Formats: sequence, C-alpha cells, structure tokens
Amino acid sequence: MHLSSLLAVVLLVCAAPVHAFCGFYVGKADAGLFNEASQVILVRDGNRTVISMLNDYQGEPTEFALVVPVPEVLKRGQINVGDRRIFERLDGYSAPRLAEYHDEDPCNRRRYEMLERRMKNAPASLPMQDGAIRNRSLGVTVEATYTVGEYDIVILSAKQSDGLETWLIENGYRVPTGASRALEPYIRQQLKFFVAKVNIKERAKTGLSYLRPLQFAFESEKFMLPLRLGMVNARGPQDLIAYVLTRTGRVESTNYRTIKLPANMDVPVFVRGEFNRFYKALFDQQAKRENHRVVFTEYFWDMSWCDPCAADPLSPEELRQAGVFWVDPAAGSAPKAMLTRLHVRYTPATFPEDLMFQETGDRENFQTRYVLRHAWTGDEHPCPEAKPYFEAVRTRRQLEAATLSSLTGWNLADIHGRMGIVAKAEGKWWERLWK
Amino acid sequence: MVGTVVEMIFVPGLERLRATLPKDARVFQILFLASLLSMGVLTRDFTLRWEQMALTFAAGVATQAVALRSLRIPRAGYLSAVITCFGLSILLRADTLWVHPLAATIAIGSKFVLRVQGKHLYNPANLGVMAGLLLLPGTWISPGQWGHDLAAAAWFVMLGGVVTGKARRWDVSWMFLACFLGMVLARVLLLGQNPWVFVHQLGNGALLLFAFFMISDPMTIPNHRRARLLYALIVAAFAIWWQYVLFRPNALVWALFLCTPLVPLLDRLWRARRFQWKPA
Repeated sequence: MHLSSLLAVVLLVCAAPVHAFCGFYVGKADAGLFNEASQVILVRDGNRTVISMLNDYQGEPTEFALVVPVPEVLKRGQINVGDRRIFERLDGYSAPRLAEYHDEDPCNRRRYEMLERRMKNAPASLPMQDGAIRNRSLGVTVEATYTVGEYDIVILSAKQSDGLETWLIENGYRVPTGASRALEPYIRQQLKFFVAKVNIKERAKTGLSYLRPLQFAFESEKFMLPLRLGMVNARGPQDLIAYVLTRTGRVESTNYRTIKLPANMDVPVFVRGEFNRFYKALFDQQAKRENHRVVFTEYFWDMSWCDPCAADPLSPEELRQAGVFWVDPAAGSAPKAMLTRLHVRYTPATFPEDLMFQETGDRENFQTRYVLRHAWTGDEHPCPEAKPYFEAVRTRRQLEAATLSSLTGWNLADIHGRMGIVAKAEGKWWERLWK
Repeated sequence: MVGTVVEMIFVPGLERLRATLPKDARVFQILFLASLLSMGVLTRDFTLRWEQMALTFAAGVATQAVALRSLRIPRAGYLSAVITCFGLSILLRADTLWVHPLAATIAIGSKFVLRVQGKHLYNPANLGVMAGLLLLPGTWISPGQWGHDLAAAAWFVMLGGVVTGKARRWDVSWMFLACFLGMVLARVLLLGQNPWVFVHQLGNGALLLFAFFMISDPMTIPNHRRARLLYALIVAAFAIWWQYVLFRPNALVWALFLCTPLVPLLDRLWRARRFQWKPA
C-alpha cells in the first residue's frame, strides 16, 4: 500500500468512535506457541453450558484417556465430536497482535500536526456387562456407554474415589497415580464422570492424524472449569487458554484475580520479525511477576467485528459449531456473542480451587495489541520542523526499548544493540568533578 | 499468664495512643479505606477510572448536603457519606461514567428515606452496590480483584484497624468471620478437598473488607449484642448457601442485602440502646 493512502486510512480509522483501536494487523501469536497448553471453548447462557476440549495429545492413541466431571448422566445427543478448525478460527481471531504505523514527512507540518492530535485523542488503553459384580464392589456404576466419532465414552457414577481409580485402571485407562485424591471432592458432590478413550477402529476410519475435540452440552448452575483434575501429574506450570462465549459481557474469575495483560504499547520495530518470541517472553515475564496466581485476559470483543482483525470474525455457522446455541444461521440477523479469551498459567500450589467464573456487565473491548511506529526516513535537515521531529524520534525509541525490556525482561543493552542505539558511556559521577 | 504479660506491656501504650487520636472511629475508617483504595488502584489494576471516583464523591457529598439542609439535621456531618463513597469506589465497577454517581446518590439518599425505628435500614454502600447490580446496565463487582498474595498484609491492616478503632462494634465482624470460615472449613473437610482451598478462602481480600467495613457498620446492625451475633450467623449461613448451594457470585453483598430486613425484627426482640457516633 502506498504511504499516503496508508496514512489516509489511519486517520479515517482513528476518527472512529472511542474504544475502537486503530492500526493494521501485521502479525499474531497464536496458542500453538505455548507447549502443552490446553484449549477449551466454554459457552454459557443462563445454566446452559457447552464445553469443547481440544487435546494436544501427542502419544499413543491407545494410551489416551480423558476424565471430566459432569453434573448429570449425559445422553448421546449431548455429546459431539467437533472440528479442530473451530479452535484454530477462535485462536486466530483473538490472538495477541501487532499493529504498525508509518510516520509522515515532518516537513508536511499541517498533516503531521493533525495526525499527532488524532493520535493523542485515540484511546490510551486500548461397556461392561460381565463386570457388573466387580463394578458394584468398587462402587462404580456405568450409567451409559457411547461410541462417538473416534471415542469410546463411558459415563460413570462412583461412591469412592479409590474404587473409581481401580475401575479405570482395570478397564485399561491410563490414570496417573494419586488420581483418587483429586477425584474425591467431585464424587462427594455427586458429580458423574465423563470418561473417554480412543476407539482405534473408528479412529482409522476418520483418516486423521490427530484427535478431534470432544464437545458436551449440559445444564449446570456452576459456571466453572474443573482445573484441578489436570494437575494430578503436573510437573511445572501448565497453560490453559479458555475461549468463553457469552451473550452480553466480559467473563472473569470470581475466585482468582483476573487482569488484563499490559498491551497497547509502542515497541521497537524489530519486534515485527520475532513477534512470537516477544509474546512468549512477555507472557512468561508477566506470569512470573504475578507468581502464577492470576487469570490473564488476552481478548474481549463482540464477535461480529474486530479492529484490527487478526482473522475474520466467525460466521454464524462456525459459532454454532463452537457451541453457541443461541445463534441460528438460518435466521439471517446475527445475534450477539461476546468472546473473552482467558489465559492461565497455573501450578497446583497457586490454583488450589477449580476456576469459577461470572459474566460481568463490562462491555468495553480489549485486545492485546502492540504497536510499531516506523520513523520517517528522510533527510535530517530539509526544514526547521525536521530537527524537533528527529529528536522526538530518538526519545521515542529509547522509551520503546525500555518498554520492551520491562515487558519481556530482556536485557536493555541487547535491545539497544538490536535497535542501533548507541548508549552513552556513563562514567562514575566523580570522574569529571575536578576536570 | 502470657495474656496478662502482653496486656501489661501493650495496653497502657495503646491507651496512650488512643488518647492522642481523634475520638470518632470514622476518621480511621476513612484513612483505612483511602489506603485500601490507593493500594487497589496502584497495585491491583482495578478497572476504575479517576473520573468515576471523582463523580462518586461529588454526587455522594452533594446528596448528603441536600438531605441535611432540607431535613434540617444539625451536626450530622459528612464522614459517613465519605465512607460510603470510598466503599462504592472500592466495590462497584462500571463501563460508563454515570453509574457511580447514581449509585452514590441512591446509597446516601436511602439513609434519609429508608428508615425504621429511628435508624436507617440498609448499609448505604451495600444498597448502592445492589442498586447498581440490579438496576443499572454495565455494572458488576469483581470479588477476585484483591488476589490472594497479599493475604497476610490484608489481615495485618484489618487487625490494626480493629485495635485502634475500638469505638466500633467488632463482635459482629468476628462472629461473621468465624461462622463463614467455619462453614468453608467444614465443606473442605466434608468434600475431601485440598486444605489449601481453605487457606485460599482465608486470603480473600473481599471477605475481609466485607467483615470489617460493611457488616460492621454500627448503624445498620442490631443494637443488642446477642441479636448482633445471631445476625452475623444468619448472614454467614445465607452467604454460604448462595455461594455453595446456588453457586452464584457475590454471595457476601447479596447475603447482607437480603438479610438486612431482619435487623428491625431483631431490634424488637432484643431491646438495647442505639449506637451513636462520638463526634470528632
């Protein structure tokens, strides 16, 4: 795009109503960046809940097992095998992003001033018949069995957690040792267990090299994610990315602090080439700074638009596939769906309770966006306005370096080196005292 | 024995300290709430804008002034109104500017309108927050906003407040905390949950704030000590039911709001002298 037309668009977009961010999408950091990150889509309206779980499972399919506490015995129609693409779409749409701007020729004073003013006005923050007797002795009841897609699914109820653990092991599920302690509180709350393993024959039929996400729909007064079960064999901190879809407002945790990641800041332009490394370092640094005790909001937006768009918003059909039951693609008009993207880095010690949520009345959009400002690359002395401009650029670059260092924990001197900023040699204070 | 020694060392010092301090406990309450709000805004990244705070105080003080003048109430002052405004700033969140002043007006106005047996019925901050949640769009409260890493510091600050501000009726705070945390502990044990769940609840800043600054408001709790203790138990049980049976958020403010109508009833059952703020 030609520079002047680019600028025109910037002005146009910046003049849009408050809280609309402006800029051009140039890169994103998607969920694939974080190894072993579990991804969940949580759709909620009233007590109606649809959960989709994506398994990043890399091992032998025969060894795969998934145990999820559910409030009731799910019927066959409440379970579905979804499309992994929906996760990719949601991830792409809500991923942290870079936006960039190009400075105008400072000698074109009037336009420059206008741009500055607009910028300032822009928002700042932006199965088992034979085993029946054995089951009874273990206190485990098989409530239902289904084969859905490539999964064999059993819905269990249990009386004792060690009985349930034994049942799972005897029936060929790979359950980490110590699971019974984690299962116990769910049993005592009379929850059922949704247990899935891979049906090798059915899997071969799909012809896919990966496991598709499992989805289930149910009613529950609890707006939560059972985080604790996944921690049984956790070694280090684990990542969870939750795409929460609701009708009206931003979703936050009620039993942990929920904060927005630092965003909408200017960073050095070299970040463009290594945005993934930058975002990973930033998230590591922020998670450590908060001692792995908080839930980070990475994105909150009305799903009918975006600005700048990292990917197109989901179509009504795609939303429906994601579990947004109130959207009817046939109806024509697009009903509201708000997406809150939450990113949690948790450890067993810092997240002792399952994650509870609430839908707030907050409707203010938020995205983790970082801004690149390209300086005008012209002659330093063509007009009187050029000198103050270049001075401002130097100050700005120093600030960008400091911001980057603070966000990521990267060494400031290295950043200066990358940016070509020559640091002034700072001697001792007394060196020049008697000279 | 140890207790006596501790008393011998600390009590005279504390008495002397108290003698030099203003008599009206509300001054301390304002200082504590101001430091909590500053801490929240500066270190806890509250989603609160300074304009919202300014408008809360402006509307709150104006409402108080209008009410005092039109009802010709002498010497009632503005301390309580300022406390309510701090409470609303700390608790209420909104994505517009008009919610806070409106909630402050409703909260303080209620003191002059909703009166039973010579006392105002609702804790104004509680009523303001509930009015926001129930009537105004784009309004919410963030029970998790304090996090849990400052738990020890929060307890320390609260205890400091209790020691220096003896004028208040803290029995209700302790009774409430004992009942609420006792029931949380019982639930953790009954469900076989990780004991850290209890510790996690213990460090909940919102709980401490509620116990020491909202339910302890001496004007809106029963006058008689026995009635107050029973009231604290009822509010705690209600909050537990709301949180762990209904699984709904914001149990504490809901419990207080829905239990408040019991206060005139309890005042009738157990008669005692009404609380009076000592003038500063």
